[in-house]
Amino acid sequence: MTDKSPLSIHDLPNSYIGRSVPRPNTRRLAEGRGAFTDDLTLARMAHVAFVRSPHAHAEIKSIDVSPAEKSPGVIRIVAGEEMARHCTPWVGVLTHLKGLKSAPQYALAVGRVRWQGEPVVAVVARTRAAAEDAAALVEVSYEPLEPVVDMETALDPSTPVLHPELGDNLAFERIVDAGDVDAAFAEADFVADEVLHFGRHTGVTLEPRVLVADYNPGAGKLTVHMSTQAPHMMKNIFATHTGIDEDDVRVICKDVGGSFGIKIHTYPDDMAAVALSVMLKRPVKFVADRLESFVSDIHARDHRVKAKIAVRGGRITAIEIDDLTGIGPYSVYPRTSAVECNQVLNLVGGPYDFANYRAVGRVVLQNKNIMCQYRAVGHPVAFGVTEALVDSAARAADMDPAELRRNSLVPDDAYPYTGASGIRFEALSHQKSFEKMLQLMDYEGLRAEQARLRENGVYRGIGLAAMIEVTNPSPMFYGVGGAHISARDGVTIRLDPTGGVTCATGVTEQGQGTEAMIAQIAASAIGVPLEKVRVVTGDTETTPYGGGTWASRGAGIAGEAALQAGRALRGNILAVAAAMLQAEADTLDIRNAAVVDTDSGSERITLADLGKTVYFRGNELPDGVSPELVATRHYSPRQYPFAFTNGVQACWLEVDPDSGFVQLLDFWVVEDCGTVINPQLVDEQIRGGVVQGIGAALYEHCLYDDQGNMRNATMADYLVPMATEMPDITIEHLETPTAESVLGAKGVGEAGTAGAPAAVFNAINDAIGVLGGKITAIPATPESILKALGKV
Amino acid sequence: MKPAPFDYAKPASLEEAFSLLDGHGEDARLLAGGQSLLPTLNMRLSAPAILVDISALEALRGISIDNGMLRIGALTTHTELKASKEVARAAPLLAEAASHIAHPAVRNRGTFGGSLAHADPAAELPACVLALDASLEIAGRGGTRKVAAADFFHGLFETDLGPGEILTAVEVPVLRKGFRSGFAEFARRSGDFAMSALAAHGRFDGERVHELRLVYAGVDIRPVRAQTAEQTVEGKAVTADLLADAMARLGDDLDPMDDPHASGVMKLHLSGVLLGRVLSAMAGAHR
Ligand SMILES: Cc1cc2nc3c(=O)[nH]c(=O)nc-3n(C[C@H](O)[C@H](O)[C@H](O)COP(=O)(O)OP(=O)(O)OC[C@H]3O[C@@H](n4cnc5c(N)ncnc54)[C@H](O)[C@@H]3O)c2cc1C
Repeated sequence: MTDKSPLSIHDLPNSYIGRSVPRPNTRRLAEGRGAFTDDLTLARMAHVAFVRSPHAHAEIKSIDVSPAEKSPGVIRIVAGEEMARHCTPWVGVLTHLKGLKSAPQYALAVGRVRWQGEPVVAVVARTRAAAEDAAALVEVSYEPLEPVVDMETALDPSTPVLHPELGDNLAFERIVDAGDVDAAFAEADFVADEVLHFGRHTGVTLEPRVLVADYNPGAGKLTVHMSTQAPHMMKNIFATHTGIDEDDVRVICKDVGGSFGIKIHTYPDDMAAVALSVMLKRPVKFVADRLESFVSDIHARDHRVKAKIAVRGGRITAIEIDDLTGIGPYSVYPRTSAVECNQVLNLVGGPYDFANYRAVGRVVLQNKNIMCQYRAVGHPVAFGVTEALVDSAARAADMDPAELRRNSLVPDDAYPYTGASGIRFEALSHQKSFEKMLQLMDYEGLRAEQARLRENGVYRGIGLAAMIEVTNPSPMFYGVGGAHISARDGVTIRLDPTGGVTCATGVTEQGQGTEAMIAQIAASAIGVPLEKVRVVTGDTETTPYGGGTWASRGAGIAGEAALQAGRALRGNILAVAAAMLQAEADTLDIRNAAVVDTDSGSERITLADLGKTVYFRGNELPDGVSPELVATRHYSPRQYPFAFTNGVQACWLEVDPDSGFVQLLDFWVVEDCGTVINPQLVDEQIRGGVVQGIGAALYEHCLYDDQGNMRNATMADYLVPMATEMPDITIEHLETPTAESVLGAKGVGEAGTAGAPAAVFNAINDAIGVLGGKITAIPATPESILKALGKV
Repeated sequence: MKPAPFDYAKPASLEEAFSLLDGHGEDARLLAGGQSLLPTLNMRLSAPAILVDISALEALRGISIDNGMLRIGALTTHTELKASKEVARAAPLLAEAASHIAHPAVRNRGTFGGSLAHADPAAELPACVLALDASLEIAGRGGTRKVAAADFFHGLFETDLGPGEILTAVEVPVLRKGFRSGFAEFARRSGDFAMSALAAHGRFDGERVHELRLVYAGVDIRPVRAQTAEQTVEGKAVTADLLADAMARLGDDLDPMDDPHASGVMKLHLSGVLLGRVLSAMAGAHR
C-alpha cells in the first residue's frame, strides 16, 4: 500500500460517496485549457452568419442577394426554399400531449416570418466577419402583417391566426379535475385568490450556442461538434432532417459553458448550419453571438395564472388554477412547448396534502421568440402560484404562514402518496425539512426582529417556499410520446493494464460536475483511488447510447449505471484474481487499486499487475479463465415516472419603500435529493439555481413592444443577477434515498431555480403588506413595487 | 457581432493625430479606452473607416493642480480618477462618482475624456463636470479653445466637439472653503447605468445652502440642472419641509423619458428621493 493514497482501508467501499472531492476538470478549465466548440478550427472551415427577420410577423416579398454575393470572402448564400430541399421541416408535437398542434418549422423562413430574430437567409463566408459584412448587404423586402403579441388576446376571434392551416392559435389545452372542488370552496372557512404573472425570460449561458458541422463526402459521414446537452438526441435529429443515415452521424461535445436547457432543442440556425456543411461538403461553423442569442435561444415562463385556494380547519383543502402561456410561433421540436404548462398543472399544490384540484392550462401561439424547457421547467411558476396562494390564505385566515404550511404539508409517514394532480411520490420529507428550515433560519427570531424594525420604518420580509422537483425521468416524460429521447443511460467501465480505469457515459458535462460524479461512483464501486479514473462523455461514437443531461437525471440515472458497471467490473476482476491467486473470490476485495484479502487487508496483487498479466502474459492464466476487464450497465427508472425530491427555501430581505429597491439579506435552503454523492457539487447546483431563481424574481425579463420586437436584447438591458446583489445562501440536507436504485440518488440541478422565485416574491409581499402593498408579478422591479405602494 | 472592416492608426503626437483626422474627415473616429466605442462597432451601430487611437498622446495624460485649478488629462482612466489624491482633495465629487461607473475592468480602460466626448445621457461624469462648472479644453488644428461644461453637452451623444477636434483636458476649480458635494444614484445592479443619478455641489454656511447646483443624469438626453429646485433651496436651511418643497418642484425641471428599466414617472420619483438623500447627507456632513 502506498502512503500517499487518499483512502484508508476503513472507509472502503464507497468512500467517495458523500465526499466533496475536487472536480478533475476544474484545474484544466481554470488554466484556460478548456476545449470549447468554438476553439475548434478545421481545414477549409467556413463560417455562417444569418440575416434575421426584423419583423415579428411579415410576408417575405423578395430577397436580393446579388450585392451580397460580391462581398469579399462569400462562399454561398442560401434562403428558405433552397434550404428546404436540403433540410426537411419539423413539427414539435408528441402523442402523449393530446391535442398538441404546431406547424412545420423550416431551417430558414419560407414565405412568412413569425418572430423578430427568425433566420431568413444564411450567408457562408471564409470568416464570420466576412459573412456579417455580406449579410448586411442582403436585401429582404417584407410586407409587415399584424403581429400577435399579447397572449391574453391570442385566442380572440379578431386576432390573426399564425398558421392558417391550424385554424386557431391554441396549441394545447389540458384540464385536470380531481375531488370536489366546488364543494371544497363552498365549505371553506377562508378563500383567497390571485392573478399572477411570471415574466418571459431566458437562460443566459456564458458560452452561446455553437457548432461546427463537418460533412465528409468521401466517407458519407457527418460529424457535428457542438455544445449540447443531448448528443444522441441531436444525432437522430440531424440524420432525420438531412437525410443522412443515422449511423453515419456522429455528435461530439467537449466542454460546455452552461446550458440550463437552452442547448437541448432543435434550432433553425443550427439545422441550417448542418445542412450547409452537407451542401458545401466542407466544415461550417456557427456561433450564436450575444445579440442573436437573445432573439433565437429559447425563452421560458411567460405565464398568467388565475388561482384560488380554500382553507378549512386551518388546512389547505382545494386549489383551482387557470394557466395561460404564450410560446411563440412554434412548439419547439422535439420536446415540445406544451411541457411547461403541463408541468405547472402537475406540480401546483405538490407539497401539500389536499384532494380537490381543478386546473385549466392553455398554450397559445404568438409572434414572439420560441419558448421551451429551461431549468426547472414549470416549477417556479407552479410553486410561485402555490406559495403565493398559501401566503394569501394565511393572511385571509389570520394565520402565521408557517403554521398553515406545517398543517398542510404531505406528512412524512404518508408514502407512497399520490398528489391531487395525480403525481406519485415514493418518499419525501416535507415535515422534517420544514421544521429544519424554521430552526435554521430562526423563524421566530426573524419575526421578532421584523416587528422591531418596522417601528423604525425599516421594512423587512420573510418568504417561505415549499417545493418538489421532478428528477430522474422515466420514459413517461418524452419517449412515450414518440420522441427519440433516451430515458436510459449507460456507463462502460474498462480497466487498463496500467491499473487505470476509464468510464464512458451518455450523460454529458455542462460544467456542473457530471464527470466528477461518475468518477466518484466508479472509483468507489471498484475500489480504486479517484486519480485512477478517467471519464469520457459527449461522443455518440464512443459512449453508450443515452439521454444526456436534462431534468436533473445525471446522478440518479447515469450514477446508478456507473455503480452497477463498477460492481460488475469489480466482480470480473475478482474472478480473474481468484483464479490467478488460487483463492475464493469472496475472500478477496479490491481496495486502493489492489486486490486484498478481505479479512486481513493484506495486498495480493495490484490491479496494474493483474492487468499486465491479463493483457501481456495471458499465457500465465489458468486454463478456462477468460478475463473480461470491461463492463457496461444501463439504468432507467421504471416504477415511478419521476423520482421527486423535496425542499424548502426561505428568503429574508428589505424593501426600501421610497425607491422600491429590494436588498436580499439572507437565503436558506433545506434540500432532500436522496443520496448526496458530492456535497460541494450539490450545494453549488443549489446556489447557482437559487441565483437563477432570484434572476427570475427580480431582474430577468424579455421585454417586448406592441409590435413584437424585443426591447432589451443586450447584456446591458437584459439584467442577469450579479454577485454583488446576491445574498449568502445557507444549505442543509436531508437524505431520503430512492429505493428504485441501489445508489438512491435523486436529482438536484433545478431545485434552486424551482423554489427561489416564490421565496423572494413572498418575502417582498411580507415586507410591504403592512404598507398596504402587494405585488402580483415577477420580476418585481423597483417600479412595480412602488406602484404596488401607490407611490408612482 | 463582428465590426465592419476598419483601419487603425496610433499617432505619436497631436500633430499626427490632426493630420489623420483631416485626411479621413467624417470617416475617422478617435479611440480612447474603447469601452463605449468598441461595443457600437461590434453591434455595427457605427462603421468608421479608421480608428485613430489617441492612447499614446502624452499631452492628454496627467492630473495636476495649478493656480487654483485641477487639470485632468482626457486619457485619465476612471480608476486613476478614483485613486488620485489631487482629485480627492480638489474635486471629491469626481472620485465619488467614478466608483459608480461600471466595474473595475471597464474602469481600468475607460477614460474621463471618452466619457465626456461620448456624452451618454446616463453617464456619471458629464453630470459631475456640469455640477462643478468645469471647463473643457479642446484642441484642433487651429489651436486650443475652452468650453464651459454647460455649453458642451448638446444632446443625445452630441457635444460641442467639431470635426478634427480632440478633447485634451478638463479643468475644475479647486474645492473652495464652505463648498461640498454629494453624489448618489439608483441603478438596478451595481455598475449599471443609472435610472437617475444626482451630482450636487454647493456652499454651506451653517445650516444654509448657497449656489447649489443639482445635476441629474439618466433622466434626459443630456445631463440637466434642476434649477427650480436649486432656487427653492437657495439661502435656506436644509429641513425636511424644504426638501419636500424642492422635491415637489422637480417636475418643473425634469421631464424624464421612459426606458426599458423605468418609466419617466418612476425616474422623476427617484430623482426626488435622490434630492432628499443627497442634500440631507451634504447638510449632515457639514454639522
Ligand atoms: C459594461 C460597461 C458598463 C459601463 N457602465 C458605465 C456606467 O455605469 N457609467 C458610465 O458613465 N459609463 C459606463 N460605461 C462606459 C465607460 O465609462 C466608457 O469608458 C466611457 O463611456 C467612454 O470612455 P472610453 O475611453 O472607453 O472611450 P471610447 O469608447 O474610446 O470612445 C467613446 C467616444 O468618445 C470619443 N472620444 C474618446 N476620447 C476622446 C477625446 N479625447 N476627444 C474627443 N473624442 C473622444 C470616441 O471617438 C468615441 O466616439 C460602461 C461601459 C461598459 C463596457
